[in-house]
Amino acid sequence: MRPFAYHRPSTVAEALEATGTSTDVMYLGGGTNLIDLMRLGVVSPGTLVDVTRAAPATVEETPGGGLRVGAGVRNGDLAAHPLVRRGYPMLAEAVLAGASGQLRNMATVGGNLLQRTRCAYFQDVSKPCNKRSPGTGCPARAGDHRNLAILGHSDSCVATHPSDMAVALAALGAQVHVEGPGGAHVVPMPGLHRLPGDEPDRDTVLAPGELITAVELPPPRPGGRSRFRKARDRASFSFAVVSVAAVLEVDGGVVRDCRIALGAVAHVPWRAEAAETALRGAPATEEEFGRAADAELAAARPLPLNRFKVALARNLLVRVLADLAEAR
Amino acid sequence: MTVTGSRHVGSALDRVDAVEKVTGRARYAYDNAPAGLVHAVPVQATIARGEILEVDVDAILKRPGVVAAIWHGNAPRLPSADEELAVLQSRRVAYRGQYVAVVVAETLEDARNAARLLRVEYAAEEHDVELRADHPRMYRPERVNAGYATDTEDGDPDAALASAPVVVDAVYSTPAEHNNPMEPHATIAEWDGDGLTVHEPTQGASSLRASLGSLFGMPPAHVRVVSPYVGGGFGAKLKILPHVVIAALAAKQVGRPVKLAVTRRQMFAVTGYRTPTIQRVRLGAEAGGRLVAITHDVYEQTSIVAEFAEQAAVPSRMMYAAPHRRTTHRLVRLDVPTPSYMRGPGETPGMFALESAMDELAIACGVDPVELRVRNEPETDPESGLPFSSRNLVACLREGARRFGWAGRDPEPGVRRGGRLLVGTGVAASTYPAYRAPSSASARAEPDGRFTVRLAAADIGTGARTILAQIAADTLRTSPGLVVVELGDSALPSAVVAGGSMGSASWGTAVVRACEALRDRLEAAGGAVPPGGLEATADTTQEVRAQEPFARHAFGAQFAEVGVDADTGETRVLRLLGVFAAGRILNPTTARSQFIGGMTMGLSMALLEESIMDREFGDYLNHDLAQYHIAGCADVRDVQAFWVEEDDSHLNPMGSKGIGEIGIVGTAAAIANAVHHATGVRIRDLPIRMDKLVR
Amino acid sequence: MKGDANTTYDDAAPAPITVDLQLSVNDQLYPVTVDTRETLLDTLRGRLDLTGAKKGCDHGQCGACTVLVDGRRVVSCLTLTVSVDDRTITTVEGLGSGGALHPLQKAFIDHDALQCGFCTPGQLCSAAGVLAEAAAGWPSLVTPRSPPGAGPEAAGCSHDPAAPPHDPAARALPDGPPEPVRLGEEEIRERMSGNLCRCGAYPGIVAAIAEVAR
Repeated sequence: MRPFAYHRPSTVAEALEATGTSTDVMYLGGGTNLIDLMRLGVVSPGTLVDVTRAAPATVEETPGGGLRVGAGVRNGDLAAHPLVRRGYPMLAEAVLAGASGQLRNMATVGGNLLQRTRCAYFQDVSKPCNKRSPGTGCPARAGDHRNLAILGHSDSCVATHPSDMAVALAALGAQVHVEGPGGAHVVPMPGLHRLPGDEPDRDTVLAPGELITAVELPPPRPGGRSRFRKARDRASFSFAVVSVAAVLEVDGGVVRDCRIALGAVAHVPWRAEAAETALRGAPATEEEFGRAADAELAAARPLPLNRFKVALARNLLVRVLADLAEAR
Repeated sequence: MTVTGSRHVGSALDRVDAVEKVTGRARYAYDNAPAGLVHAVPVQATIARGEILEVDVDAILKRPGVVAAIWHGNAPRLPSADEELAVLQSRRVAYRGQYVAVVVAETLEDARNAARLLRVEYAAEEHDVELRADHPRMYRPERVNAGYATDTEDGDPDAALASAPVVVDAVYSTPAEHNNPMEPHATIAEWDGDGLTVHEPTQGASSLRASLGSLFGMPPAHVRVVSPYVGGGFGAKLKILPHVVIAALAAKQVGRPVKLAVTRRQMFAVTGYRTPTIQRVRLGAEAGGRLVAITHDVYEQTSIVAEFAEQAAVPSRMMYAAPHRRTTHRLVRLDVPTPSYMRGPGETPGMFALESAMDELAIACGVDPVELRVRNEPETDPESGLPFSSRNLVACLREGARRFGWAGRDPEPGVRRGGRLLVGTGVAASTYPAYRAPSSASARAEPDGRFTVRLAAADIGTGARTILAQIAADTLRTSPGLVVVELGDSALPSAVVAGGSMGSASWGTAVVRACEALRDRLEAAGGAVPPGGLEATADTTQEVRAQEPFARHAFGAQFAEVGVDADTGETRVLRLLGVFAAGRILNPTTARSQFIGGMTMGLSMALLEESIMDREFGDYLNHDLAQYHIAGCADVRDVQAFWVEEDDSHLNPMGSKGIGEIGIVGTAAAIANAVHHATGVRIRDLPIRMDKLVR
Repeated sequence: MKGDANTTYDDAAPAPITVDLQLSVNDQLYPVTVDTRETLLDTLRGRLDLTGAKKGCDHGQCGACTVLVDGRRVVSCLTLTVSVDDRTITTVEGLGSGGALHPLQKAFIDHDALQCGFCTPGQLCSAAGVLAEAAAGWPSLVTPRSPPGAGPEAAGCSHDPAAPPHDPAARALPDGPPEPVRLGEEEIRERMSGNLCRCGAYPGIVAAIAEVAR
């Protein structure tokens, strides 16, 4: 690890001030991914600005009936919060499906959103990787990509975003509050993350020096039922191979509305808009759920070793929707 | 020849070192910090084959805190070493991840940073890292591991297969698997004049001392290996590894104690692993399931610098009573890290293949899989013709079937559902040889009524300290609380490694003999212990060499129930039950933990473990514990171990067989057989993950 | 191949940056000078000679380095020492009190919940954290959701394909502070999955924690 300076501001303003627009300065949240990446040599900031005492760390109801979750809220606190469990159980489930109890006690909401891919090539600095070192190539395409993207990937990158929480936030349509040298703005999920295109080194739309300060959840939809489910190799403490977050509103056997996101299939938490469109107004039956899944996955471009993820995503999506429809 | 008046052997004494371990006071190798130590961080090759041209030592020496940077160009020469251990002695690179240099610095952070920044220039050559059964460079090794013959043939298996009414002919494969003990390897090396002391987690302090002595060209007496606590080994800490050599070289070069911790990621290249295997098994049987022929052909890899030939076909030589048998082992030298011992080498992958094939045969014959194995029980060892000292496989199968609730099982695959789960059950047999090797021990009586037993054994979590205290207490007719067992130090009487499930049998024999000799001396002294104490020693070389010829093996039966998610193919083991026949069980508490631990590793092998060779770069790609999954707490639901008591007088004074390895053997096959029963899908290549089951 | 270093940066050799601080560990204050790069794990082991916490992976993937920070379990291998100078740290050495074993330590011995012992300090600290989290009503992935009426949703669901179906009479989510979660075996297994044990002592670990939780 390269020697670095460490600052721990107590307000967001101080954090922004300490950072400016330097790319040599990085914000430190829980450190569960950043410290690891620094040890691996993947990133080597000259300065760390620890924002865990600066970023808001409370969960508050908004006037509109939603929730504002401070970016400094630890994942463990988020999943345990009564307002989250009551209004957004799917979000609590997604958070609890991620990592381990220890890591959830450390990781912050902001840091969780900004974690990097766990692609083996990205994490190994002795190998090429367009995301880590633009222009060096992507060995995953010809190498091992069993756990990598089936949707939205490019010639230059087939990485997936590893967060479970972000999948739930994408389905919920959360708003990400950002502050930076250029002022404050709001980014709606899933718009925070970007597809790799020919700039896979850019995971998100954030500009240098910008800091996530909060995530705002819209009010729970009356009659909406939600669920997060994750298929994985190990029973616990392992990344998703495919995950599904879905909110379903059924009225008289017909889908009134739905919001669906898939995880571990793309460079971003993948909002399944084609499936949503196919389902709105359709009968809430397994056949229709299957048709909707097919509509979404028609765009899938699996690689030889992750072809199974198409069937897995389809089955998992159908099952989650069917369970939600049955639970009425 | 049995332990007299055994009151303590066989009782469930708590682990004697448990308090040290639960309080964090137990000092593992890396917990030591001699004064003046410096930190060494090795640098690994980033090519899989070729030559090191240059290492930019000068630039790195200017970094803060850096004390030395050592590579082939400036390393002290070793008098002699095989290629794997000739670290920093040549420009050649034989596999990606091989050590090419080491950086020594005042702090760990400075050493790590400098090692990362060290520039190494290579001339890379094309590498070949892919194991294929039809590889043109497949060869026949002279022997396979543990000294077994490479190939065997009895009768005319081809003719017997050609005329057999029922034939199973299938290819099974197991991936490379890494031992991954929780404690990574670490060395603290310190020279004092001509003497070398190393703190190193090892499964064999005596053998490591001998290896270091010969490597550095000095008498073993000048080397001391200290290793009182070892954080798991599973074979990975059996033999000397290159990092120990580097630490010793570096300590010599800088003239200070050196601490070198192998990182988890580095371990995937430099601390051994189980070779991937490709195994063709052919079974020929009569309609009723009686075997007439078994052939088992194994293909494996080894490295350019060392040969390790895992004896995967060996269990097929003695397991079942088929008159016509052939087994073969073939190896190919690839540009890969050197494979080595991993829990149950040979039996573990070999019995996955054989016991999966037996399940396929049961289905082909329409015979219950438990019954099929009973029908093929041999009278004597089919390979040697020797009588078994004891063989209770059938008892294990019957007892397991009873406890598991096997009776009335519908053999039809893919028809049981619980919600969205497909449920099935499977069985497999297990076996492991009951080895014993020469060891020595001393026993000492103190005037205060206490006893000390000393030997260079290793307790890598097996409970050796505990059971040796029980054995000594019974022989000395005292209580285990009055016996202190000192082990894990090469300065103690020489003892065999903790490997091959032979520790208890070998060390226990030495402890019994030393304690008997002490008892004789005590009796001669009229029962009074002189102020300076009384001591006796024993060496079992003669006794072990003189043992009568018998086929000595432990046996077991594993039963598994699995649930396979119909949507995702996620497979979880709902129940795992093993029954073992392993001679006399010396301590039910530690024995149960050993059996369950082995079964857990078998579950992990069945469902999770696979080291992925990256063809382009030539290394094991998934080299950390987030990518190389081992079973976690949530994977292990209901695992139970039982045993049938055996009274076998042909083993050792305790009447025990080893139990460290048999728990893993057969587990993966039982689970794969259960997955077939649940889904109708036969998975012949491990691990069983959703990519192979999702439809 | 050209001479490559294993890193993405290169700069003139910058000197390590050190900070003087005080660490509160096991009710003792330790003044230390640490490199900003140092993790709590390395400081505990290397400077304070508290070697109970173990380095099993150094990447937060095994849990052997688990300690409690302000009573919460964290992995010390990914915690920078400079970031916890205002916190209270408890390691396995500080679990017991007055020379007596902590009930978890006693239960681990009684259930033979360890073999090689290397993961044990992390398992124990993690278990202590689990007891506190369950007492505070923190859910896990296998904790049943609230039943109808407690919120806008009623769908209980099992994420685990092989988990038993949820109890239809699942606990309500009250308006006050959450009720403690009862730590059955399934709960313990899920919550303890951040601590790997290669010896396979999990059944003993689960039994030991269940006993203390009762």
